[in-house]
Amino acid sequence: MSVIADPVETDAVIIGAGPVGLFAVFELGLLDLKCHLIDILDRAGGQCAELYPEKPIYDIPAWPEISGQGLTDRLMEQIKPFDPEFHFNRMVTAVDKLEDGSFLVTTDENEVIKAKVVVIAAGGGSFQPKRPPVPGIEAFEDKSVFYSVRRMEEFRDHDILIVGGGDSALDWTLSLQPIAKSLTLLHRRDAFRGAPDSVNKMKALVEEGKINLQLGQVTGLNGADGLVESASVKTKEGDEIEVKCSRVLPFFGLTMKLGPIADWGLNLNENLLPVDTEKFATSEPGIFAIGDINTYPGKLKLILSGFHEAALMAHAAKKYIAPDERIVFQYTTSSTSLQKKLGV
Amino acid sequence: MAKITYIAHDGSQFEVEADNGSTVMENAIKNAVPGIEAECGGACACATCHVYVDDAWVEKTGAAEAMEEDMLDFAYDVQPNSRLSCQIKVRDELDGLVVKVPERQA
Ligand SMILES: Cc1cc2nc3c(=O)[nH]c(=O)nc-3n(C[C@H](O)[C@H](O)[C@H](O)COP(=O)(O)OP(=O)(O)OC[C@H]3O[C@@H](n4cnc5c(N)ncnc54)[C@H](O)[C@@H]3O)c2cc1C
Ligand code: FES
Repeated sequence: MSVIADPVETDAVIIGAGPVGLFAVFELGLLDLKCHLIDILDRAGGQCAELYPEKPIYDIPAWPEISGQGLTDRLMEQIKPFDPEFHFNRMVTAVDKLEDGSFLVTTDENEVIKAKVVVIAAGGGSFQPKRPPVPGIEAFEDKSVFYSVRRMEEFRDHDILIVGGGDSALDWTLSLQPIAKSLTLLHRRDAFRGAPDSVNKMKALVEEGKINLQLGQVTGLNGADGLVESASVKTKEGDEIEVKCSRVLPFFGLTMKLGPIADWGLNLNENLLPVDTEKFATSEPGIFAIGDINTYPGKLKLILSGFHEAALMAHAAKKYIAPDERIVFQYTTSSTSLQKKLGV
Repeated sequence: MAKITYIAHDGSQFEVEADNGSTVMENAIKNAVPGIEAECGGACACATCHVYVDDAWVEKTGAAEAMEEDMLDFAYDVQPNSRLSCQIKVRDELDGLVVKVPERQA
């Protein structure tokens, strides 16, 4: 690994910007600890924002009903006074401990943040693209089958097959069409989940004869040495056809995978991080785990449990950073010093 | 109450007495029917409770709503009789319902 001269420095790095990671900013902030949050998603909210933004949650104390996105928005508002820094579209790949007990946290974009403590609030793991159920697809991955577009140039002059009916499928259909040799959009049905405006633009391209829209499902990929030549498709009408393609982009949503956390030398129990229920500390002093990613006797994977864990963890983190400082227990209602921090 | 028969992918059959108002998914999980995962617990957010409704029952179970259709996009080998079992509520008219479990969930 190359040595990076001046990593950004902060008090706490929180891995995962789900509801629990977000609330940890509040609890750490009350103890004067500044936070950076890193998430592989492009926005905050974790499962609440990605899996069920519009669905109601009924067991958040004092909120008889609130949507996944509503809860996320409220948390963002609540932590605003602490001015957390967000690093989105980044996966944390490594956490290394330094001799002085602090940590270097590295992302897949090779950014490095130096932190006094690390809080893992990684939920069910990082959100990653789902592999579509096509036999043998693994052999083509990263050679001619891609789950995201890192560089558009790699698709220039190719016969592109895009599979899916959501925003990613539609957006990339619109963006790649001008540089593609040919482009086929394959979807199971003629209704699309994506934004109506994108759907209209896509349909206009179909009418102009610039892209092909095929209704059906991929049943297999054909080619050699990782280079796809065609896809076998079962059409909506039940016919088997071949679609010529040299690049395939399947968009089948996201799923959660533990990911690199498994490689950080922490004790794991069935893909979860065992912690104590006083400090929520992992097996490595200075690294804490809260929310869905941790486990302990009686653990409930509920948002409200994660909030409680965040409060206790924050006090333990403060003690790790400043062992000799006395922490005065205070209420936000009555403490003028806490209110000053909150800007109220 | 309704009797539901689940046919697992290997052909084994599970007969279950289901309460009205519960979902076809919940009864599968309670009775450990293999092949129904239901990762999201019935929120129509995961598509891992996909089943094929026996043709004789397609009309009675009805069509998937828009949200369910959207989620079915993520399921494996979707057919015209595909449904997400967490979105089928048990009622008296479904007594005798037969559903098949697909080869795999996504
Ligand atoms: C459909 C559904 C309904 C639910 N309903 C309720 C309910 O009614 N009440 C309730 O209390 N709970 C409910 N839950 C559970 C609740 O959503 C979770 O308990 C909660 O989201 C956990 O929060 P978290 O912050 O621990 O993790 P998550 O929300 O899972 O967020 C973790 C974040 O960490 C990121 N991450 C992980 N690893 C990395 C890495 N290495 N690098 C970068 N980023 C990483 C992930 O991308 C993710 O965004 C529901 C869940 C689902 C799916
Ligand atoms: S259980 Fe998740 S969609 Fe039915």
